[in-house]
Amino acid sequence: MSTTNNEREVILSVRHVDVAFDVGGKKKFKAVSDANFDIYRGETFALVGESGSGKTTLGRAVIRINPCSAGEIFFNGERISGKISRQQDRDVIRNIQMIFQDPAASLNERATIEYCISEGLYNFHLYKDNEERIAKVDKALEDVGLLPEHKSRYPHEFSGGQRQRVGIARAMIMEPQFIIADEPISALDVSIRAQVLNLMNKLKKEKNLTYLFIAHDLSVVRFIADRIAVIHLGKIVEIAESETLFKYPVHPYTVSLLSAVPMPDPIIEKQRESIVYTKEEDDPNASPREMREIRPGHFVYANDEDMVAFEERLKKLESYHAEQA
Amino acid sequence: MDERRIVLSAKDIEVKFRVRENYLTAIRNVSLDLYEGETFAIVGESGSGKSVFTKTFTGMLESNGRVTNGSVIFYGKRTQNETAPEGEQPAEGGAEEGIDLVQLKSDKDWEGIRGAKIATVFQDPMTSLNPIRTIGSQIVEVIEKHQKVSKQEAKQQAIDMMARVGIPNAADRFDEYPFQYSGGMRQRIVIAIALCCHPEILICDEPTTALDVTIQAQIIKLIKDLQKELGFTTIYITHDLGVVAKVADRVGVMYGGQIVEYGTVEEIFYDPKHPYTWALLSSLPQLGIKGEDLYYITGTPPSLFNKIVGDSFAPRNPKALKIDFAKEPPFFRVSDTHYAKTWLLDPRAPSVEKPEVIQNLHEKIEQMTGKGGAFYVDDE
Repeated sequence: MSTTNNEREVILSVRHVDVAFDVGGKKKFKAVSDANFDIYRGETFALVGESGSGKTTLGRAVIRINPCSAGEIFFNGERISGKISRQQDRDVIRNIQMIFQDPAASLNERATIEYCISEGLYNFHLYKDNEERIAKVDKALEDVGLLPEHKSRYPHEFSGGQRQRVGIARAMIMEPQFIIADEPISALDVSIRAQVLNLMNKLKKEKNLTYLFIAHDLSVVRFIADRIAVIHLGKIVEIAESETLFKYPVHPYTVSLLSAVPMPDPIIEKQRESIVYTKEEDDPNASPREMREIRPGHFVYANDEDMVAFEERLKKLESYHAEQA
Repeated sequence: MDERRIVLSAKDIEVKFRVRENYLTAIRNVSLDLYEGETFAIVGESGSGKSVFTKTFTGMLESNGRVTNGSVIFYGKRTQNETAPEGEQPAEGGAEEGIDLVQLKSDKDWEGIRGAKIATVFQDPMTSLNPIRTIGSQIVEVIEKHQKVSKQEAKQQAIDMMARVGIPNAADRFDEYPFQYSGGMRQRIVIAIALCCHPEILICDEPTTALDVTIQAQIIKLIKDLQKELGFTTIYITHDLGVVAKVADRVGVMYGGQIVEYGTVEEIFYDPKHPYTWALLSSLPQLGIKGEDLYYITGTPPSLFNKIVGDSFAPRNPKALKIDFAKEPPFFRVSDTHYAKTWLLDPRAPSVEKPEVIQNLHEKIEQMTGKGGAFYVDDE
């Protein structure tokens, strides 16, 4: 990991994005408001929050399933939100692929694995002849640790972990630069989770991929992510490098998420109290909050008053770490 | 510890399913004694039989499944102020009579047990609740079914129960529908329904797997608080060892239709003996080191259609002994409360250390959750 942000190339840039849904009449529900961050090439950027926080909505806005109601998204420097040409649209689909949560629901159960994986190739005519297509499918299967002879089977003949591998293979075959993984391991058993996480890490290294990893569980994210954004009720409240976020969490919601991770130790876990975070009523007189850089690369959603408290908290945490060292 | 009363005792349970002319053995000779007031956690992968095993306690096996051997004796509650019927059964310690649940066949037989004495909370609250009926009516239905009370009283009980499981403005939300509740709230309602008949045993079948971590923590706390208050016994089924550490007094690890190791929660986490328990603990992402591969279990669980020879985990165990493939290990005693089904505990076995990641587990976690650790949380 390089240390300063300036050296790294931005692959995806989300600029002040809002996503709103109509909820009858003229009413709108803002699922995401003012999301603003960059993702660098080659990193795993995690978006963490509970259900209803807007993390999936934001992921879907990137891949143009949900339109942005404000703001812009840039991919490799080109705007990909709003109206774009057909060719650009196709480029986005090809270069940004998705891995979904439930592998059983995201595969066509009446199609063979060969078809499931080839579907993107068919749509984009990414093969000269049938031979090349099959070679590509075989390679994709091999990449995810399955065998070529698996391609004549149907999804129901696979275990949960294998099905998720198929889901990954069908994303990989498009040779994307960027992958949005929406809770890819939440539906899997603990032992299989480890396999899929290892596989994703391996593929990232081999193919120089960039991941947007959407999850609700910080313990998983700590293992896989380089940087983490915590999202709560449509607002990103804290962004930091993974290490930093765990060592110096400043926003109370991040702290509450951390406290909810169950630790595999009965003595400690039985004493640990999880902290429930309830959003304070917005004081109409309070000065508006925005993302502020509290330390280089560490952003938190705050106003002037919050910053004083956060700064104090951070100083305290820093002193603990100094003691440790 | 031995003084505690047993509320349920399963002996040599075997369950078979008929699948297309074939028989699948889902549970292979599992025994379990459940003590009054404890929380017993059953951990294992999907397909290990943890749900099927507990379904035999409530007669909820799918129609193609049958208990082909063994017994499940349920001992009714006898509190101190409740005296035995006059003239009968003078209180003699230990000579209690139970009901063998395996002998119950029809739904009518089960009526007094299922829901009333042994209740279940399932994984997905949306499939347990009827989407087109109000929350209130679904709770009232259960109260009216099991207790002889007036409509008003049932409604009052339902509202009280809703408040107890943490629904704000319970009276106002009585007439709302499931879709108007969030996932966590729905699960609270399912718990309310399960508890409104004051069961003696509550089976929680992955009650938080479909929920977020923050909500999960709240639901776990709710179940614990209610258990303290109402004094029921809990069976907690999960595949997440982090949750087990939080809730359990004792733990049973299931693999391939058998309990392969059981003990107190401290014994299972700090001194596990079975290679499968080692593997489960080692693969937790909480213990993962960034930049290194997470430990994972290779291969797939055994097919339950075939007869399993030897130790069922042997094919996936890189350090399996020769005998593991030939002969099924018996339970070896580790302590009075801790038993494991592995040949490694045989005096003739070579000494095999548990994996590095889970050695000194307590010290490691202490560091992680202590000041300056990755999971340190200061409570202000």
